[in-house]
Amino acid sequence: MASTHVASSEAIAADNSVPVFYLTEEHAHAPGGATAFGFWIYLMSDCLVFASLFAVYGVIGGNFAGGPGPHELFELPLVAVNTAMLLFSSITYGFAMLAMEKRNIAHVQGWLAITGLFGAAFIGIELYEFGTLIAEGATPQSSGFLSAFFLLVGTHGLHVTIGIIWLVTLMVQVRRMGLVAANRRRLMCLSMFWHFLDVIWIGVFTFVYLMGML
Amino acid sequence: MNAHTDTHDEDHEDGHAGGTLGSYVSGFILSVVLTAVPFWLVMTGALDDRTLTAIIIMAFAVVQIVVHMVFFLHMNTTSEGGWNMMALIFTLVIVAIALIGSLWVMFHLNVNMMPPMQPMGPAT
Repeated sequence: MASTHVASSEAIAADNSVPVFYLTEEHAHAPGGATAFGFWIYLMSDCLVFASLFAVYGVIGGNFAGGPGPHELFELPLVAVNTAMLLFSSITYGFAMLAMEKRNIAHVQGWLAITGLFGAAFIGIELYEFGTLIAEGATPQSSGFLSAFFLLVGTHGLHVTIGIIWLVTLMVQVRRMGLVAANRRRLMCLSMFWHFLDVIWIGVFTFVYLMGML
Repeated sequence: MNAHTDTHDEDHEDGHAGGTLGSYVSGFILSVVLTAVPFWLVMTGALDDRTLTAIIIMAFAVVQIVVHMVFFLHMNTTSEGGWNMMALIFTLVIVAIALIGSLWVMFHLNVNMMPPMQPMGPAT
């Protein structure tokens, strides 16, 4: 291949034009063509953040410093309701994506709003739980277990909060510009983000709450 | 590779979501079952054996994560030419090393750094 390139460029040089040794035209990339894969890479790196937080919880989650442990603090019915909120929000976001494929703006907005409300309910219940714990004196400062607990569960809650902000932003964008290609791409990224947070929550309720209450 | 270059535009604009009503609903039903059973096991203490309960709820968590990956995140071995799956496998390896390594090292550290439980021997 190289020899033919040189030969052709020599032929061009013989025509008294400047030899060219690079691609004169870039091959086409669709705008945002690599976004899905790039966003997946981001999610994988976020996965590593959560893995380190889970590792921290695994290592110091048993250090109660004479303070309260999971049995005194956790209320499984509340966690079950919280888990249900996140599960419902996952399926309603799925319905929003299906409506998006049919280009039905009203249904997309409706399902996004319901998803946002479930997400807000999840955050509300989590803040209520945190508030109860802190009112009982189980603050992040009281033991290694509580530091790791608030760090892990709080980081997940922060992600969900940012997801809700993103969701509201996209609702405004869809309302103003419709389901254009850029908005469909953004909705697809948020879909991956939202379902990813649900996957992380599976780890949280299994390893933190259920294993803690065993 | 042909399909990849030919349908480059459409592929990335629309194709990625790829879920159907049936797949979302079956994923949801599976998730509800896979969530409800571990909660029921722990809340009622249906099994007396704690170790067995722990193993079962961890197995349910792993299965549920796979269900979410397949039905909600639409993971398969062919999306993005297999690079999605490669990135996922790489991440899982790192996560496994981080989790198992941390727990293993710190467990042994705790065991070995414990103060001796019995006198070191008669004083001379």
